[in-house]
Amino acid sequence: MSEFMLETKNLGISFGGLKAVQDVNLKIKKNELYGLVGPNGAGKTTLFNMLTGVYQPTTGTFFLDGQELKGMSQEKINHKGIARTFQNIRLFNNMSVIRNVLVALHNQPEFKYSPFDGMLHTPKYFDVEIRMRDKAKELLDVFGLLDERNNLACNLSYGTQRKLEIARALATNPKLLLLDEPAAGMNPNETAELMEIIKKIRDDFDLTVLLIEHDMKFVSGLCDEVTVLNFGTTLAQGETKEALNNPEVIKAYIGG
Amino acid sequence: MSNFISNVKKQFKFKHIATWVIVAAVAVVLVIMSESGLLNRSTIGLLSRIAYSIILAVSLNLVVGFLGELSLGHAGFMCLGAYIGTFVASLLRESIDNKLLVLILAMLVGGLVAAFFGFIIGLPALRLKGDYLAIVTLAFGEIVRNIFKNLEIFGGAMGYNSKTYNQKDLFVIAFVVVIIVLILTQNLIRSKHGRAITAIRDNEIAAKAMGINVTFYKLFVFVVAAFFAGIAGVIYGHFTTPVLYTTFSYNYSIEILVMVVLGGMGSINGSIIAATLITVINFVLQSKLSGGLAAIRLLVYALILIFVVIFNNAPALKPIKERFSIHNLKEKRIAKKKGTIVDDAAEWNRIETKVKMDSILTPDLPHNENVTPDKEDKSPKEVK
Ligand SMILES: Nc1ncnc2c1ncn2[C@@H]1O[C@H](COP(=O)(O)OP(=O)(O)OP(=O)(O)O)[C@@H](O)[C@H]1O
Ligand SMILES: [Mg+2]
Repeated sequence: MSEFMLETKNLGISFGGLKAVQDVNLKIKKNELYGLVGPNGAGKTTLFNMLTGVYQPTTGTFFLDGQELKGMSQEKINHKGIARTFQNIRLFNNMSVIRNVLVALHNQPEFKYSPFDGMLHTPKYFDVEIRMRDKAKELLDVFGLLDERNNLACNLSYGTQRKLEIARALATNPKLLLLDEPAAGMNPNETAELMEIIKKIRDDFDLTVLLIEHDMKFVSGLCDEVTVLNFGTTLAQGETKEALNNPEVIKAYIGG
Repeated sequence: MSNFISNVKKQFKFKHIATWVIVAAVAVVLVIMSESGLLNRSTIGLLSRIAYSIILAVSLNLVVGFLGELSLGHAGFMCLGAYIGTFVASLLRESIDNKLLVLILAMLVGGLVAAFFGFIIGLPALRLKGDYLAIVTLAFGEIVRNIFKNLEIFGGAMGYNSKTYNQKDLFVIAFVVVIIVLILTQNLIRSKHGRAITAIRDNEIAAKAMGINVTFYKLFVFVVAAFFAGIAGVIYGHFTTPVLYTTFSYNYSIEILVMVVLGGMGSINGSIIAATLITVINFVLQSKLSGGLAAIRLLVYALILIFVVIFNNAPALKPIKERFSIHNLKEKRIAKKKGTIVDDAAEWNRIETKVKMDSILTPDLPHNENVTPDKEDKSPKEVK
């Protein structure tokens, strides 16, 4: 067990000649709500992609709860305890809401059964499937999605899809949750509700949350600390108000 | 909540019993029909053909419709099953008297050998997609049949003279196998493993991010599909002699694919209907257009296929089809009953369909997402 839930050391990646992310050092304490901000193209999503194994970093490394995860596959990293949502929503569109969550419950040890149990519909299959559905309903209830459970995911409104994506990520039982612009496309009411939900799941599920967001009110209302990226490098880091009022940061946002 | 559970359990218990009753009933009816002389030789021949065509179409649907990978070598697995299965059967017959037992063992061995090659073909499928995978699987099918063509113990270019099974008995056994394959496939799709497979098809990146072991499931689907296709081959081999390498050409693989596409990718019922339809059309054309007319058989066959495809997609016919579709009747029945418990049970039973051919042919184009692929070739692909 480490003091920090997530620690990155000089993490960086380049695509051809383009250094998309350079020397990022994050130290995120357990149960913290941590923000990652920066103008378009700063490398925020790329950083998430490195932390979830989509891209392999070209420099540096990162640790989850003291364990080095660099080099592992996406699946393995998820098993170790990092779950994410996507900036461009990636739900299983043709599946119902509850099925999206059921897919994510796949690897939980209490829900294991073999393909043969599945093919033969043994008593174990029924036992597990019924418990899985109860668990999925519990999760959907947290996000107020219980009544939508039998609808197709693609028929949900944009804001609701974002919430479902968080519910799905939670179903993999993560220690660290990465949210890529969770409030994008939401109206002010939905945004306010989302802030409450994020605080609630942080407490109820014992989570650490790292989130990317362009809405500064959202970030300052939610995050204890932030890191500001610009052109792949760290511009400012630390307590939210302070970092966001840093003249360099204001300049980067105005485009000076 | 507990109401729902007992409801589901009851429903499934009933379904379980019902499916096995249907299996037994079908077998009994078929036996009675064949024993009473209701069926002549050629009808029995047709029924056997329908039986193995259904197995082939449904198993290919697992790969193409549910996993979303294009495979053009399905006849190769059937070829393995046909040669190996009949060969093993002729060896076993010397020591085992019970003919049925020999057939069952031959099916297992033929299926397992095909499954092993399914695993081998699954390996490139982990890296290749779309057209590239199609080429590899196509090559596989051609290689397999040409190897058998050149093996003397399998009769070489003359084909392997297998001992056929009594056709009256064989088609009953074949139908029992069909129903077992159908039950296993449907059950698989309705399990968490089936969900994982369709999740990979719908959005591979998201599936990986949810911790789904994509490697395992891709190989698994290829192995299961090859196993079933191998069994279909064993049935074929016991019904036709000689087992000849020319049968398993890529034309045949394409014909199986046509059954899958026509019936609807990801639709098991559709595969059953399309397999039956195409087999019957082929059979009728073969028996009716003999002699001088045999030359135009393929032309007529192609015309019928084009007609069926157009008919299948005609917008003007949509309302009529919707009125008579089994799916809609089911939905209506459910809507009448209403209530979340019924909805939950219906959701449980639902089988994912709705994939478009384009999304399988175009590598890296996420299914059901309206994105235009990047013009510049970036590698690795940008994920947002
Ligand atoms: N696979 C890739 N190949 C080449 N360049 C890439 C790749 N992935 C990201 N980039 C580049 O890295 C830079 C950072 O992109 P990224 O998506 O991380 O930005 P972002 O901070 O998330 O921006 P936004 O706020 O718009 O989401 C961009 O210039 C992008 O074009
Ligand atoms: Mg981004």
